[in-house]
Amino acid sequence: MELARNKKNTGELVVKSRTENLSLIRDFISNQASNSGLSAEEIENIMLAVDEACTNIIRHAYKSYPEGDIVIKLEYNHEKLIISIIDHGNTFNPDTVPDPDLQKYYRNGKVGGLGMYLMKTLMDDVKYISVPGKYNKVLLSKSINA
Amino acid sequence: MAEFSTSVVDKGNVSVINLSGYLDAHTAPTLENDFTELIDQNQFKIVVNFRDLAYISSAGLGVFMAYIEKIRDNKGDIKLTNMNEKVYNIFDLLGFPLLYEIFKSEDEAINKFSESDGIGTK
Repeated sequence: MELARNKKNTGELVVKSRTENLSLIRDFISNQASNSGLSAEEIENIMLAVDEACTNIIRHAYKSYPEGDIVIKLEYNHEKLIISIIDHGNTFNPDTVPDPDLQKYYRNGKVGGLGMYLMKTLMDDVKYISVPGKYNKVLLSKSINA
Repeated sequence: MAEFSTSVVDKGNVSVINLSGYLDAHTAPTLENDFTELIDQNQFKIVVNFRDLAYISSAGLGVFMAYIEKIRDNKGDIKLTNMNEKVYNIFDLLGFPLLYEIFKSEDEAINKFSESDGIGTK
């Protein structure tokens, strides 16, 4: 997922792995994407997908360690918006996360995988790239139909 | 910073939790505390009013899942009201309307408890 041609806009935010930064992350996405040609509703959905990705990083990659870095980059051209989110926490295998099963959650009182399901539903494409011991990268993309 | 607050109001034998602002992984513990306190007081008839809630992530949705079975085991329920379309869509995407009763107004939700007690008006 690269935007080689007609790159229009790029922004970057680096925050520590703390849930208190989720609002900062959402504001960053909302501001950076505001002129992308995506509708307000689409931008809200992307905001939620990024919130879910970062919540997973804080909880699972950094296991709530508050000093990890999360690097979020947003770029778009006239046809596509791509967000990359990099962390240096534990490597995470998305294939081990099952699709949500509400009946099971009801029995257990515990949810898991809802965030990832939302990311896949709200974005056109979600990709995970991990280099164990170095970094994990989540790529989220959305087509722009201006 | 994300702003989120709740207020708990007793209406007859039902407690209403009013939500306001942004419910995410950071703010979800505030709502968890409300549920824990109500359950500690043996209050299992709970309506959650979403009128002033602007945003919910899956961490917020998880709070409802965490308490529902215990509450229903005690002949109570969590009923949801006044959701805006955006918040409802997230609930809907994850299939929550199958598990929770969602009402347009708080009164409807409160009356539903009375009906199931057999003392309410139809």
